[in-house]
Amino acid sequence: MSIASQRLASNRWADSALPWAVPIVLILLWQLAVSFGWISSRIMPAPLAVIEAGWRLTASGEIFYHLGVSFQRAALGFVIGGGIGLALGLISGLSHWGERLLDSTVQMIRNIPHLALVPLVILWFGIDETAKIFLVVLGTAFPIYLNTFHGIRNIDSNLMEMARSYGLSGWPLFTSVILPGAMSSILVGVRYSLGLMWLTLIVAETISASEGIGYLAMNAREFLQTDVVVLAIVLYALLGKLADEAARFLERRWLRWHPAYVKGD
Amino acid sequence: MSFSTYTETTTPVKESAASSARTALSSSKGGTHLHLKGVVKKFGELEVLKGIDLEIEKGQFIAIVGRSGCGKSTLLRLIAGLDRHNAGTLSADGHADLASTDIRLMFQDDRLLPWKSVIDNIGLGLKGDWKPRALRVLEEVGLSDKADVWPAKLSGGQRQRVALARALIHQPQLLLLDEPLGALDALTRIEMQRLIERLWQQHGFTVLLVTHDVQEAVQLADRVIVLEQGQIGMDKAVDLARPREQASADVSAIEGKVLKRVLGQ
Repeated sequence: MSIASQRLASNRWADSALPWAVPIVLILLWQLAVSFGWISSRIMPAPLAVIEAGWRLTASGEIFYHLGVSFQRAALGFVIGGGIGLALGLISGLSHWGERLLDSTVQMIRNIPHLALVPLVILWFGIDETAKIFLVVLGTAFPIYLNTFHGIRNIDSNLMEMARSYGLSGWPLFTSVILPGAMSSILVGVRYSLGLMWLTLIVAETISASEGIGYLAMNAREFLQTDVVVLAIVLYALLGKLADEAARFLERRWLRWHPAYVKGD
Repeated sequence: MSFSTYTETTTPVKESAASSARTALSSSKGGTHLHLKGVVKKFGELEVLKGIDLEIEKGQFIAIVGRSGCGKSTLLRLIAGLDRHNAGTLSADGHADLASTDIRLMFQDDRLLPWKSVIDNIGLGLKGDWKPRALRVLEEVGLSDKADVWPAKLSGGQRQRVALARALIHQPQLLLLDEPLGALDALTRIEMQRLIERLWQQHGFTVLLVTHDVQEAVQLADRVIVLEQGQIGMDKAVDLARPREQASADVSAIEGKVLKRVLGQ
């Protein structure tokens, strides 16, 4: 191995380690600050205490139960909301008639912050599952609607002309040209919606819940278990990251043809 | 609108002496006889084509040259059925309905679907077991090793070859070429010209080539037509043996005459 390639290898190692440097230093400082009593553990538990709480809840199985409940709510809301957004986006995108009929209404509703509806939603559905899922549906539908609509409208008209001149219309035209042409835009909507999905669920679960991660956090607050509260926050962060990775996986899979999405080797 | 895609729908073909001479290698049916009478096309007030009368024999290679904006691409789009003419008649093999003829248009840009592999682009709009046929035409254009590659990985010349293969798999009776070589470098151009000439000789379809390159027109065509402000300014037969040498004295002499006319000297 030459000196140059050794240097290259160590550079690569440093390059992939660098993003972790700041978080690691911050966590160390945090641990030290709590250990030396500069910060009360009542206000901020030490990282080790959070890990310990995580271990405790894992051992008792509680954490999986609450994770499962939250995941189910999020997934159900996303599937319904995303499905509605996709369907309406396709209708508006594919026909001018559909756009005239739907677009201004959807845009109007979209501009209401969906979390402002929380009081109304509680009046309608009470504080059970339906209310939480309804809020997630509202949060996730619009980004997918918007991006589906624009994705379809921005398809290269030359490609459409070519496809029609090759005899494509109806369903084959949709599956060969329109859907793949709009896919990169739709996936941007999916990523955005996945972010809003967790955000909405966090708010919905902290309002009222008897299970789920939000409940875990609120319940811990009652008993001043700051370690569990921080653990819940960390769990939300991990779930958000997981959802984002899932969206990126879809991008790599469905946009393989796109030079911008080819994974560098 | 769309025109019919499949060879099964073509009209029966009467063999002519000229085309039977070069059908040995292929499934040729001798090309389309095209007849235009008083064809007018207006865009608003602007009359782009002012009464075109044109008769094209089966299996002829016609080149249409002219300055930018003379209406040559418009004429091609009318024949391809992408635009409608305002007056006059177009007929193919005696039928006023060009939609019943197998016409394929090759655009200046390749218009390959970036999300389909090369082979799937060629099979666009086909049903049944088209893969073996697609591989055959891909071999004809010299790209059999690129079947599963994304279009983004190909060079400009290779992409135009794929576009040519996509047109050829439909066994067109009339091939319309709208400056398909305009964006290629000089060497790739010459290669493509030879390829088009060879395929035309094998298959015996009628070719209408729109180009701004007079040399290319004289090199390839049986007849060169100069369009001037929406009218036919010159209709010059090129009776030279094939294959024609690049820039031979005979070619240059005719090229000089045509060029003079195009430049209006």
